[in-house]
Amino acid sequence: MSKNSFLSKKNKMLLSDPLDDNNPITVQVLGICSALAITVQLKPAVVMALSVLVVLSVANVVVSLMRKMIPSRIRIIVFLVVIATLVILVDQVLKAFVYDVSKELSVFVGLIITNCIICGRLEAFAMANPPGKAFLDGLGNSFGYGIILIIVAFFRELLGAGTLFGYPVLEKLGVYDLGYENNGMMILPPMALVTVGVLIWWQRARNEKLIENE
Amino acid sequence: MDVNKNSYTFSFAAIMVVVVAALLSIAAIALKPFQSKNVLLEKKQNILSSVGINIDREDADVQYPLYVKQELVLNANGEIVDGIAFDVDLQKELKKDKNLQLLPLFISEVDEKKQYIIPLRGKGLWGPIWGFIALEDDLNKVFGAVFDHKGETPGLGAEINRPFFEDPFAGKTIFEDGELISIKVIKGGAPKGDMHGVDGISGGTITSDGVSDMLYERLSMYLPYFSKVKSEMDNDLNISKTDTLLTLNDIIIK
Repeated sequence: MSKNSFLSKKNKMLLSDPLDDNNPITVQVLGICSALAITVQLKPAVVMALSVLVVLSVANVVVSLMRKMIPSRIRIIVFLVVIATLVILVDQVLKAFVYDVSKELSVFVGLIITNCIICGRLEAFAMANPPGKAFLDGLGNSFGYGIILIIVAFFRELLGAGTLFGYPVLEKLGVYDLGYENNGMMILPPMALVTVGVLIWWQRARNEKLIENE
Repeated sequence: MDVNKNSYTFSFAAIMVVVVAALLSIAAIALKPFQSKNVLLEKKQNILSSVGINIDREDADVQYPLYVKQELVLNANGEIVDGIAFDVDLQKELKKDKNLQLLPLFISEVDEKKQYIIPLRGKGLWGPIWGFIALEDDLNKVFGAVFDHKGETPGLGAEINRPFFEDPFAGKTIFEDGELISIKVIKGGAPKGDMHGVDGISGGTITSDGVSDMLYERLSMYLPYFSKVKSEMDNDLNISKTDTLLTLNDIIIK
C-alpha cells in the first residue's frame, strides 16, 4: 500500500467522520458512562482520552490482524480479552513509569474495558477491514470520543469549580467580585448528561445530515 | 480451515488464554520493581508531607532520614514491640483483632520540635483511603495531615488529597477535657472556631465521612500509648520541679 492510498480521501473520512457526522458520543450515544464519570475536571478527561486512544487503536489493529482466525461464536469474548489485556498493560506501565498520572486516573483505566465504543468499533470495523484502515478508524473514533470529553470537562470544571486544569481562572479574572458563584450542580453527574445533551442539540441544529426525516 | 468448528473454537480459546496469561505475567514481573519503588517513595513523601515538608518523590529517600528520627511499632497496650514500623502493612493489620494489631508510629523533628505521625487507613466510597496525621508534642494539637485514596471519584471524593482539604486540619485539637473527640469532616462546612471540625467536600460526603471514621478509629487505637507518653511527660515535669526545689534548698542551706 503506497503512502498516497493510505491517506486517500476515503481513509481521511475514517479519521474525520467520527469527529462530527458519526461522533461516537453525540451521534451513536456510546461511551456515555465514562463521559459522565470523568468530566468533572479537564486533566483526567484528557488522560482518559489518551488512554482510550492507545487502547482503541491497538485493539483495532490486533483484532483486524486476527479477523480471519477468530471463531465468530466467541468473537465478543475475544474482543474483551484483547481489550482487557491492553488495559491491564497500560495500567501497569502507567504505574511503573508515570505514577502520578496513574493515580489521577485511578479506577477509570479499568473502566476503559467497559467502554462500549471500543467493543463497538472492534465488532463493526476491525472484524471486516485490514489493519491499516482499522488503525485509522481507531484513531478517528478516539479523537471523536476525546473531543466531546474535553469539551464537557471544560464547561463542568469552569462553571463548577471555577478552574481549568486546576488553575483558578475565574478568580484571576475577578468574576467572583462581580457576584458570581460557582455552580455546584455542574460537578454532579446529572449535569454531565445535560451538557452532553446541549452538545447534541447544538450539533444537530448545525449539521443537516443529522436531522432525521419525519 | 473451518474457523467455526467446535474443536477449533476450543483450541483458539485455550491458546489465547495461555498467550495472554503469559504476556501479563511477564509484564507484571518485569514492572514490579519500578512500581514497588514508586509506592515506597510515595509513602516517605506522604509522611514528610504530613509534617509540612513538601518534596519531590525522587528526593524522598534522601530527605526522609533528615526529619524522621524514630520509627516505633506499638501493640494495643501502647507498649513498644520489635518490628520495622515502615514495613507494617495497615491493610493486613486492620483485618486482625483489635488487641493483636501492630500500630506503627513515626516520630519526626521539624524546627527542633517533636511530631508524632500516625498512619491512617479506612474506607472511602469506592475503595480504601489512607493518610498520615501528625500531632504536636502535646499529643493534642494537629500539626498537619495528608490523605490519599485508591479510587474515589475525581473532582469529588478524590479531592481529599488536595491542600484545601488537608490544610485546615492543622491547628485543630483531637481531645476535649481528656476525651478523644478526633476531628470530624462536616457536611456543609464546619462552624467558625470549631476546634474538632473541618469543611467537608460537596458531592463527596461518603468519602468525607470515611475520613472522619478513619481518624477516630485509628486515633483511638493509640490512646494507651498517648496516656503513657503523657504520664511520662508529667513525671519529667515533676522531676524538673523537684530538681528546682532541691537546688533552691541547697542554695538556702548554703
